[in-house]
Parts: sequence; C-alpha cells; structure tokens
Amino acid sequence: MAISFDLAINALVAGLLLGGFYAAVTVGVTIAFGMLDIVNIAHPAFIMLGSYLAYLGARDLGLDPILGGILAMPAFFLLGMAVYQIYYFCFERRGEEAMQGLAFFFGLLFVAEVGLILAFGVDYRFVEAPYIGPSLKFGIFELPLRMLVPFLCSLAMVALLQLYLSRSFIGRAILAVSQDRDALRLMAVDPIRIKRIAFGIAIATAALAGAFLIIIQPVQPSVGRDYLGRVFAICVLGGMTSFPGMVAGAMLIGIVESLTATFYGPSWAPAVAFGFLLLALAVRPSGILGR
Amino acid sequence: MTTASIRPRAWPALSGALASTIGFWLLAALAGAAVLAAFLLVSNEYFFFAGYVVLQYVVLATAWNILGGYTGYVNFGVGAFFASGAYSTVVLSKLSQLPLPVMILCAGVVSGVIGLGMGYLTLRLRGVFFAIATLALAIVLQTLIVNWDYVGGSRGVYVIRPEQAPLLGSYVQYLFLLMLILAVAAVAIARTIERSRLGLGFAAIRDDEPAAEAGGVPTLRLKLIATVLSGALMGMAGAPLPYYVTYLDPDSSFSLAYAVNSVAMPLIGGTTSWAGPIIGAVLLGTVQQLATVTISSALNLMIVGLLLIAFVIIAPNGIVGLVTAWRRRRSG
Repeated sequence: MAISFDLAINALVAGLLLGGFYAAVTVGVTIAFGMLDIVNIAHPAFIMLGSYLAYLGARDLGLDPILGGILAMPAFFLLGMAVYQIYYFCFERRGEEAMQGLAFFFGLLFVAEVGLILAFGVDYRFVEAPYIGPSLKFGIFELPLRMLVPFLCSLAMVALLQLYLSRSFIGRAILAVSQDRDALRLMAVDPIRIKRIAFGIAIATAALAGAFLIIIQPVQPSVGRDYLGRVFAICVLGGMTSFPGMVAGAMLIGIVESLTATFYGPSWAPAVAFGFLLLALAVRPSGILGR
Repeated sequence: MTTASIRPRAWPALSGALASTIGFWLLAALAGAAVLAAFLLVSNEYFFFAGYVVLQYVVLATAWNILGGYTGYVNFGVGAFFASGAYSTVVLSKLSQLPLPVMILCAGVVSGVIGLGMGYLTLRLRGVFFAIATLALAIVLQTLIVNWDYVGGSRGVYVIRPEQAPLLGSYVQYLFLLMLILAVAAVAIARTIERSRLGLGFAAIRDDEPAAEAGGVPTLRLKLIATVLSGALMGMAGAPLPYYVTYLDPDSSFSLAYAVNSVAMPLIGGTTSWAGPIIGAVLLGTVQQLATVTISSALNLMIVGLLLIAFVIIAPNGIVGLVTAWRRRRSG
C-alpha cells in the first residue's frame, strides 16, 4: 500500500505541474475564444511553430529554449495581428465567421502541420538545457525540473497577463471588448484595433508555450493535435473568460490525466480531456467556477 | 396517390416535383451506369482503385454537406464516423459471415447512433461547441480503438479480402460498384432533402436559428436528424475500407486528412446545393489521386489545405456560387 500511496502522491504532484503548463497552452485560447469570440482551432499549430522555433534557436544558436521562446514572442505577436486582420476582413466583417471562419482556421491548422512535416519530417525533436534531467527531492516528493521550470514560468506568464488585463488601458479595453463591443466604440476606442492587439497577444503566448512543450517532451508535428481538445476542454471548464478558472481547469485536467496515465496506462490519457470536454459541454457549459 | 386524395389542390405541384424526382433518379442511375461502363471499358485495375477513393469522397463530402452545408453545423470529426464504420466491419467480419452490403448497413446504424449521442450532448449549445466537440470525439474514439485489442489495438488489424467477388469481376471492382451505389444514393438523399420540408427547416436553422425556433421549427429534432443521416452515411463510406486496404490501423483510419478533405470538398464546390460536394470531391479527389502518384502525399495534403483557405477567402460560396454569380451577371 505504501508504494502505491507514494505513487499516487507523485502522480498528483506531476499532474499539478502538468496543469501549470496546460494553463500556458490554454491562455491564448481563453483570450481568443473566450474573450474575442474567435474560434482559433489553429492555436495548437502556433504552439508547434513555437516549439520548432525554440528547437532551431537551441540547435543553431545555442539559445536556452525559454529565452528562445521569449525572443520569438514579438514575431508571433505580429503574426497574430496579421492573422486577425485577414480573419476580420474576410469573415468577421461579412458575418461569415461561423462556417467559413472555422474552416479557415482548420485549414491553417492543417497547412501548418503539413508544412512542419515537410520541413522537419516526422522524427521526434528535443532540446538540451541544464534543467532537463535533474529533479528536486523532498522526502517522498519528486519534482523533475523539466516540469517545474515550465510550471513556474507558465504561472508567471498567466499572472503577468492578468495584471496587464486588469491594470493597463489596453488590457481593460480587451476585457471591455469581450463584454460589449458597441459600448467600446461609444468610448471612442476602435474595437477592431483592440481585438487585433488581443489576438496578437494570444498568439504571442503560443511562442512561449511551444518552448515549454519541447522542454517537457520531444515533439513532432502532429503532437499539436493532442492539445486541440485539451485546450478547449480547459477553456470551457474554466468558464471561458476567467484566468483563475482556467488555471483551476488546467490543474484538474492535468491531475486526472496524470492519475489515469499512472494507474491505467498512458494510452488512455488523451481521452481524459476530451471526456471532460464532452461532459462539461453536456452538463455544465458555464464552467466549474461559472454561475 | 394517398397524398393526392388528402390534399387534392396540392396534386399538380406535387406531380411536377414527383416527375422531377423520378427524372433525377433515372438520371442518377444512368450516370452511375455510365461511370461503371467507362471503367469496365478501361479494365485497368488501378482505375478501380483510384475511382473507389474518389467515390468515397463523393459520399463523405455529400454526407458532410447534409449537416454542414444545409444546417450550418460544422463537423470536424469525419474521421471518427468514417473509422467507426470501418471498425464495425472489422468486428462483424470476425464474428460472422455477413455479406458486405449488410455490413455496410450495420456500419451506418453504428455511426448513426454515435451521431445521435454526440448531437444530443452538444447540439443544444452554440454551433462552435458542436464543432469543437466533434474534434474531441475523434480523439476519444481513437483512444478507445487503440486500447481495444480485439480489433488490433494500435498495431492494427489484417482483413483478408475474399478471393471471389459475389458478382462478376474482381473484388476491387465489386468494392468499386458498392461505393458507386453508395455515392448515387447519398447524392439522391441530399437532393431529396434539399427539396423537401426537411430541407426548408435545415435552411431556416442555417440562416437564423433563434428566428426558426420562434417560428415553430423543431430545431433540435431537425439538427439531430441531420447529424444522424450525415454520420450514418460517413460510416457507410468507411465500411468497405478494411476490404479495400486489407490492413487497418487507428492512425490511418482516423486520419485528419479525411476531415480536411470532407470539409474542403463541399466548401470548394459550394455548400448550398447537392452538386457542390460532387464537384469538389471529383475535382480534389482526382487531383489528389494524380498528385499521389507523381508528387509526395504530404505535399498533396498541403495543396488541399491551401485550396481550402484560398476558397473560403476568395469564393465563400464555392464553384457553384461562382457559376451562379457569373450567370446572373450575364443575364442581368
């Protein structure tokens, strides 16, 4: 019994760490889907792009993957603004976002994945960093640094974003645009510009989340697909717009996945998030912290 | 006849519609026979292999369009329905000696039921949630299959193709014939829906769901009908797959390529009429068959993705939309 108790505790801790990373993966979707109502199903593809950029930075320039991810953020911010501009001109303005807009992002997801396959092949790629490998031990707890570093950085990123949204002018405008677009226009703020910036931020988070991903596990282009259901499950569970709710949802999914992988085998883990998503949609679409 | 006696005044209109329907079925049967005859004339086994895939995409695209094009609900889980049809054939072939057409019908029932359950869980919410849930469904089902050793698990399963075809010709020709019948039937169903009260209800949902609901359209029931029909047809398209490939594994049968193609084909052809998915499927399907032999298969999926993006940006109503606009401009 003692061994399985240790196992359970460590699975729980591993799940918490994983959940922190999931929060970083989801934050971009919470901004785009929850706040801006843009169903960006291509978000995991941007995360994969981030992973491969971190990989290239580490391989060719010897950059630390997290530093590489941070350096890639401005470029991703611009990319996100450009994607939103296309999305706005072609779909949102015409009121065709429901079907054509979804298909657009679906196409992006697919093109990005196939593009990465053509460029890098389907071999698994990984990075080297001093914190990949060793772990901290406290009694029966074992904290692999490979998980702990992304966990701490993720939470820091989410906290900074929360601060930005609640304190800065543009941040508050982003929150306002998610509540009432027309009211914002009456305040002489251009909602399209605010949405463009917000979508840029959402995509910028993918650069860093991608760097975390390649630290945690070796990646190949189709890995992103596993995150597709996961991010939306977490976003819905978290109540769509709230960051604390999202972090709670991410931890929940992380823990349940980790326990499932430990006790039933890793091949069952992918179904967990999707099961939760279906359940949440059927029973409680307002999320765990929702009213 | 009974309809006429109940509503005598509707008779002339009905007879016109009836004549057009009968005419369409005759035309469809003729078109099917012509395709078959053309392929028999060529009598090269490869053409049957390639033609099977194109026809399979006609079924998938038409099935997708019944839900996606007519009601506006986007299904990204085509792979899930398709593969559940294929795996139901695998199970049936292990348990029994049923003829393939019966297995195809069973596959239709299995994936229709999956569609019903799925729709019941998510169709009461906004359309985007349905789309996201269908993405999730594919992964859940794939995880189930990967962990189900009876159907081969992640290693995959070999299915032995019978030596003799029940009709004339080789077994591949028999599969081709079955897929041809399925394709004709799917298109006929789509066209019938388009011109019926059901189609009117679907269009009302697509254009403005709250208004349709307020106008007394039973939206949830209609959406469920569309999901079940569409899912069942996708499952039936997947049912002969094990005999076509003879080796089935989860990764290839749940491939995202099926979803991308089934979404891209109607959107490129045009989603509002039954002709759109056929045009899209024949065009994209044929191009891909040619491209797979000449260039790499990854590159040809890239082309499909890029075409999808280009079409939704430039021509949101597809080729059919382009043609209608062109005709209107010429006449007026």
